[in-house]
Amino acid sequence: MADTKVVSEVTGSVWKVLVAVGDSVEADTPVILIESMKMEIPVLAPDSGVVTEILVSVGDAVSDGQSVVTIKS
Amino acid sequence: MQRIKSLFVANRGEIAVRIIRACRELGIAAVQGYSEADQDSLAVKFADKSVCIGAAPSKESYLNQKVLIDAAKASGADAIHPGYGFLSENAEFAEQCEKAGLIYVGPQSSVIRLMGDKAAARKLAHEAGVPITMGSPDPITSPEEAIEIGKRVGYPLLVKAAAGGGGRGMRVVTQEGELRESLERAAAEASAAFGDGSLYIEKYLSPVRHVEVQVIGDGNNIIHLGERDCTIQRRHQKLVEEGPSPALSPALRERITASAVALARHVGYRSAGTLEYIVDAAKQEFYFIEMNTRIQVEHPVTEMLTGLDLVKMQIRIADGEPLAIKQSDVRVSGHVIECRINAEDPEKGFMPRPGVLGEYTAPSGPGVRIDSHAFPGYKLPPHYDSLIAKLLVWGSDRTEALARMKRALGEFKISGVPTTIEFHKRLIDESDFVEGDVHTRYVKEKMWAGHPTQHML
Repeated sequence: MADTKVVSEVTGSVWKVLVAVGDSVEADTPVILIESMKMEIPVLAPDSGVVTEILVSVGDAVSDGQSVVTIKS
Repeated sequence: MQRIKSLFVANRGEIAVRIIRACRELGIAAVQGYSEADQDSLAVKFADKSVCIGAAPSKESYLNQKVLIDAAKASGADAIHPGYGFLSENAEFAEQCEKAGLIYVGPQSSVIRLMGDKAAARKLAHEAGVPITMGSPDPITSPEEAIEIGKRVGYPLLVKAAAGGGGRGMRVVTQEGELRESLERAAAEASAAFGDGSLYIEKYLSPVRHVEVQVIGDGNNIIHLGERDCTIQRRHQKLVEEGPSPALSPALRERITASAVALARHVGYRSAGTLEYIVDAAKQEFYFIEMNTRIQVEHPVTEMLTGLDLVKMQIRIADGEPLAIKQSDVRVSGHVIECRINAEDPEKGFMPRPGVLGEYTAPSGPGVRIDSHAFPGYKLPPHYDSLIAKLLVWGSDRTEALARMKRALGEFKISGVPTTIEFHKRLIDESDFVEGDVHTRYVKEKMWAGHPTQHML
C-alpha cells in the first residue's frame, strides 16, 4: 500500500471534483477537471486505488505539477 | 451622419486590438474594457481610453453584462463591440445594450436569439431551402422518438445540444443500444453547461470537410464574400483556415454561397455573419450546421481575399449606413491560408500552456499578415483562450500560399511556452494536406495515429 499523489499537468483552475474520499478509482480515470485557457483538461489517476485526500476545491488556482488528490494503491 | 463617435470594446486579446484598429481608421475613439489580468495588454496600450471591468475570471469581467454596459455608458461611448466568444452571441446582452442607449455592433437581438437555438436555426434553414442533414426538425421529446429517428436515418447518429455550438455538447452514437444512455448523459451535460437540456439528432457523416460562407448585410442588401475551409481541427476546434476551399467545384461553390445568402435574407440579416456547413467532397453535397451571428476569428482570410475590411463594415452598418457594395463588386483574388498559433503542446495532446513569452519574433515580408496581441514578456493568463497569433499569408495561388506559409512559419520564433508552430510546419509538409485531401478528423486519425495522446484530440 503506497500513497500516490495525483498531479495536474496543467496550470488553470479546478472546474470539477469528480471523486470523494473513500471512492475506489481505476487507473487512467479522471479524478479532477481543470479549466485552462477555455479547455477542460482531466487529471487522471495514475494507478487504481482508494481516494484518501482531496487537496483542492472548485475554483482553486492550480499550477503545473501541483498535487490535487491522494490515492492509496 | 455618423452617430458613433466613441466605441467600447467588450472583449480582449487580438480581436480587441483588431477592433481598436478599425476604430482608429474610422476616426472613432476606442475605449477598452479590461480585466485585472489584461492591465498590461496591447489593447490597453492602443486604446484611446481604458477602464478596468473586474477580476480575471471571465464571469467577473468579460461576461459581466451589467458591469460592461455601465462602464461603456460611464466612458461616454455610443456603441459597444462584443468581438467573438464571451457575450458576442448573447441575445440578452444585445438587448440590454440597446435598452441602455448603446449601439450594438452586431445583428438584431431577435436574430441572435433565433440562430442561437441550433434546432430553430435548422428549421429556418430548411424553410429557406438550405440543405440540412437528415434528423429531427425539432428538439426530440422522448427516447422513443429518438429511436424512431435512428431507425429512419441510420447510424452513426450525432446527438447535439440545441443551445450548444462550436463543437460543445456533441456526442456520436454508433448503435441503437447506446442511444438511451447517450441521450440521458447529453441532456444532463447540456443542462449543466448551457442551462437548457434540449437535444436534437442528426445523421453523422464522416469523412467530411468543414466549410463556411461569410455573409454581410444591412438588412436589405445582403451579400456573400466567399467561403473559408476550416477542415483542419482538433477537439472540434479550428487550427487552420483557408480560402478558397480546395474541395469545392465552381458549381458547388455557387450553390453553397447562394444558400447562405438565401438563409441570411430569410432573417433580414444586418451585420457580418457566418454560415457553417459540412461538405461531403466526394458527393459534392453540403449541409447547414449553424450560423454564427458575430465576427469570426478567421475573418482576415476573407479580408485578404477580397480587400475588404469586415470590422469597419460591421461598425458602419451598426451606425445605420447602407452596405456600400453590391454582390457584383466582390472579387476573390488569389489564395489565403491562416494558421492559429496557440500556446498549446501538440505533443501532449494540444494541452493548453499558459505562461510568459520570452522571445516573440513574428514573420513579415510579402503577403504576410499577423493579427496578435503578443509581445516579448507578454503573460498569457490561464483564464482565456490559448491564441497567441493568427498568421495569414496570401499567394497568387494555393501553391504560392503554401510555400509562403512554410517560409513565414520558419521565421516565427516564440519561446517561453510551447506553441502550435511545429505542428503547422508538419501539416504543411503532409502530402494529403498539400493535395487538399483532408477531413475534419484528419489530425486525430491520420497525423496522431498511434500517438499516446490521440484520445485527447
